[in-house]
Amino acid sequence: MSALKIKKGTSKHSAYDLRDPHAAPEETHTLAVLVDNEAGVLARVIGLFSGRGYNIESLTVAEVDHTGHRSRITVVTTGTPGVIDQIKAQLGRMVPVHEVHDLTSEGPAVERELSLFKVAGTGEKRIEALRLAEIFRANVVDSTLDSFVFEITGTPQKIDAFAELMRPLGLVEMARTGVAALSRGAA
Amino acid sequence: MTRQMSGAKMVVQALRDQGVDTVFGYPGGAVLPIYDEIFLQNDIRHILVRHEQGAVHAAEGYARSTGKVGVVLVTSGPGATNAVTGLTDALMDSIPIVVLTGQVPTFMIGNDAFQEADTVGITRPCTKHNWLVKDTAKLSDTIHQAFHVARSGRPGPVLVDIPKDVQFASADYVGPKQARTSHYQPQVKGDPQEIKRLVEMIESAERPIFYTGGGVINSGPAASQLLRELVDATGFPITSTLMGLGAYPASGKNWLGMLGMHGLYEANLAMHGCDLMINIGARFDDRITGRVQDFSPGSKRAHIDIDPSSINKVIRTDVPIIGDVAHVLEDLLRLWKAGGRKTNRQAVAKWWEKIESWRAIDCLAFKPSEATIKPQYALTRLEALTRDRDRYICTEVGQHQMWAAQYLGFEDPNRWMTSGGLGTMGYGTPASIGVQVAHPDALVINVAGEASWLMNMQEMGTAVQYRLPVKQFILNNERLGMVRQWQELLHGERYSQSWSEALPDFVKLAEAFGCKGILCKDPADLDDAIMEMLDYDGPVIFDCLVEKHENCFPMIPSGEPHNKMLLGENASTKDAIGTSGAVLV
Ligand SMILES: Cc1ncc(C[n+]2csc(CCOP(=O)(O)OP(=O)(O)O)c2C)c(N)n1
Ligand SMILES: [Mg+2]
Repeated sequence: MSALKIKKGTSKHSAYDLRDPHAAPEETHTLAVLVDNEAGVLARVIGLFSGRGYNIESLTVAEVDHTGHRSRITVVTTGTPGVIDQIKAQLGRMVPVHEVHDLTSEGPAVERELSLFKVAGTGEKRIEALRLAEIFRANVVDSTLDSFVFEITGTPQKIDAFAELMRPLGLVEMARTGVAALSRGAA
Repeated sequence: MTRQMSGAKMVVQALRDQGVDTVFGYPGGAVLPIYDEIFLQNDIRHILVRHEQGAVHAAEGYARSTGKVGVVLVTSGPGATNAVTGLTDALMDSIPIVVLTGQVPTFMIGNDAFQEADTVGITRPCTKHNWLVKDTAKLSDTIHQAFHVARSGRPGPVLVDIPKDVQFASADYVGPKQARTSHYQPQVKGDPQEIKRLVEMIESAERPIFYTGGGVINSGPAASQLLRELVDATGFPITSTLMGLGAYPASGKNWLGMLGMHGLYEANLAMHGCDLMINIGARFDDRITGRVQDFSPGSKRAHIDIDPSSINKVIRTDVPIIGDVAHVLEDLLRLWKAGGRKTNRQAVAKWWEKIESWRAIDCLAFKPSEATIKPQYALTRLEALTRDRDRYICTEVGQHQMWAAQYLGFEDPNRWMTSGGLGTMGYGTPASIGVQVAHPDALVINVAGEASWLMNMQEMGTAVQYRLPVKQFILNNERLGMVRQWQELLHGERYSQSWSEALPDFVKLAEAFGCKGILCKDPADLDDAIMEMLDYDGPVIFDCLVEKHENCFPMIPSGEPHNKMLLGENASTKDAIGTSGAVLV
C-alpha cells in the first residue's frame, strides 16, 4: 500500500460530516397543513417530524371541512431557514397533504390558543386570582368554594404570562390546546 | 358497469387491470382468499419466493429492469415484518412497488390476534404511502390509487393492508378509469424561467459537468435518450452516481465514470473543479458530496429533480428546476438549440485537457497476480466475456459492489440493479431472480460477496423451481471485505468480527439446491470457468476465490472533500500531484 498516504487508524471520522458550521440561527414558524382526514394522517405528520429530527413546539388538529373530510393541522416549529424549507417540502410531498402554508413568512397572521386553568385557594389568594383573571379576560367556567377553573384565550405568550401569575396563587393544573392560526386579511 | 365480487377476487382483477403479469409472494392464513383466487386464474403468474424479503427485492429487480411497477403479496404479521427491509430499500432508491399484505379480520384488529402486527404503523416511515382497507367497497379503488402513487412523481414503495374479512366480503368492483382520481399529481414540467437561466449558464460555462443519478433512469428511456443527445451536442463531460449508471453509455466519449466515495479520480476532481454543475436526477447523497463545506467550492449548481424536498436539502442550488427529467431535458434542449447551440468551446476544450490529465493517472489500475485472482481482474474478465451479450447485472453490498460499478460498463439504462441508498446485503440474489423473471432469455448475473450472498441464499430454491438461469458470481474473499477495509484504514487494523468463517462449500451447496456449482481459484482457469458458467443452461453458483486483503480504491476517506482521495498502489500518484495540484492525503 505504498501510495496510501493516510496514517492507518488515524481518522476520527466515522461518517461523512454533513453539519454546516455556518448554520443560520433558528427561527420559529407556524405552519398550516391541510390534509385529507384519513386514518393515520396525524401519525404520518408527527412521524415525519420525529423521524427527521424536526421540532414540534405545538400542534393542533381538527376537521375543518366535514363534507370534503379535510383537516387543518397547525404546527409551530423551530429550525434554521434551511430546515424550515425542508419541513415544508417534506410535508408538501406527502400523499394526503393538499396545502402547506407558512403563516410566519406569508404575511401577518393571528395566532390564538385556548387553555383551562384550575386554581385552588381561599381568602386573599382566591380574590387575587379572580382579579387577575378579569384583567386577562379569562372566564370562570367552574367554581367551588375553594377553586376556580378559568378559560383563557390568547397568544401563547399571554397564556404563559397568566400561568406565571397563577402559580403562586394555587395553580393546580392546566390544559392548553396549542396554537390555531390564520393569515390576516381577506385572502 | 359495476360488478359485484369478493374482495379477494377484486385484488386479482385490479392487478389484471393494472397490467400486472407477475406477483412475487408467500402465502399465509391472512391472504388465503387471495391465494385461492390466484389458483383460479392464469393471467397473473405467481412466483413463490423462500422469504418475504426476497419477494420485495425480486419485485425491485423486476421493476428496475422493466420500468414497470413490481408487485408483492404476503401474509400478515411475520410476512409483513419480513417485507420491511425491502420496503425501506425501495424507498431509498425510489423503486415503484406495490406490496399487498393480509391482515387479521377488522373485528380482531387491536386484540393481539394471531399473526397480527400493526403493519401500516410499522411501514409508515418506509413507504411512500400506505393504506389499511377496512371496507371491501373501497378496496379496488385503493389498489388503483396505490399503483398511481407508486409510479407517479418520485417513484416508491406503497403498501395496502387487507384484513381477511374484507377479502371475503363482496362489493362493487371499480376499474382503473372509474377510480377516484387522486389529487396526488406531482409537477412534471419545469419552470421555463429557470430552464432559460440554465441554458444561459450552459452557453457560457468554462468548466461544466453533468452529474446524473437514478432520476434519469426512473424518468424512462426517453430521458436517457435526451440526456445522450444533450451531452453529445454540448460536448460536456458527464459523471453519474451508482444509481444512474447506464443512462449515458460507458463507451460514450464524454463519460468520466462513476463519482463519489469510490468513484473515479477524474470524475471526482472534475466535480471539485467545475464552474457549472448540472445535477440531473441525483440527490447530493453524502457518499457523493463528502464534507459539504468543501464540496465543489467554485461552482454554480443547477438541480433538476421531481422531488421538491431534494432541492436545497444538502447543497444550496442556484438554479432549482422541479420537474420530470425527460420533460425538463426536452425543453432545455429545444431552448438551447433555438439559441444557436452555443457553448464556450475554447474553455471547454481546455477543461477537457485538464480532465484528460487526471484520467492519465489511471486510477483503476491494479496489479494482476499469477497466484491469486484479484477481484478487479475477475470483473475485468467477466466484462470482457459478457460485454456483447444481452446482460443484466445485480450486486450485493460491499467491496465487490464498488468494483462492479468501476470495472463493468453499462451501455443502457435498467441494466444495473444495486442497493444504493440503503446498502442492503442480501439484495442481489432475489433481485437477480426478479430480473430473470422479467427477461427470461437474458443473461442475468449477480456479482456478490460471500457474506452478502449468504443473507438471502435460500432464494436459489426459487431460481431452481422456476428454471431461472441466474448466475451467482461470488467474489469470495472470506472477509466482510468492506468492513475489513474500514477497520484497516480507520480502526487501527483491529479486525473485529469481519471475517467469514465456516463458509459452506459453495459447489456442494449448488448441488444441494439442484443447480451447478463452479469453483475457481487460479487466474489461469478463470476465463474457462466463466465460459462454463455462461454456457450452462440453468442457475449457477460460481465460487471465485479472490485475494483476501485487496482494498477498494479510489476512496475518499470519511469527512474529506473530493480532492483528497486515496489511490491504489498502482495508480501513478506522483503525476497526480504534479498535474492537478491537488493535495492527496
Ligand atoms: C444487511 C446489512 N448488514 C450489514 C451491512 C454492513 N456491511 C456493508 S459491506 C459489509 C461486508 C460485505 O461482505 P461481502 O458480502 O463478503 O462483500 P465484500 O465487501 O467482501 O466484497 C457489511 C457487513 C450491510 N450493508 N447490510
Ligand atoms: Mg467478502
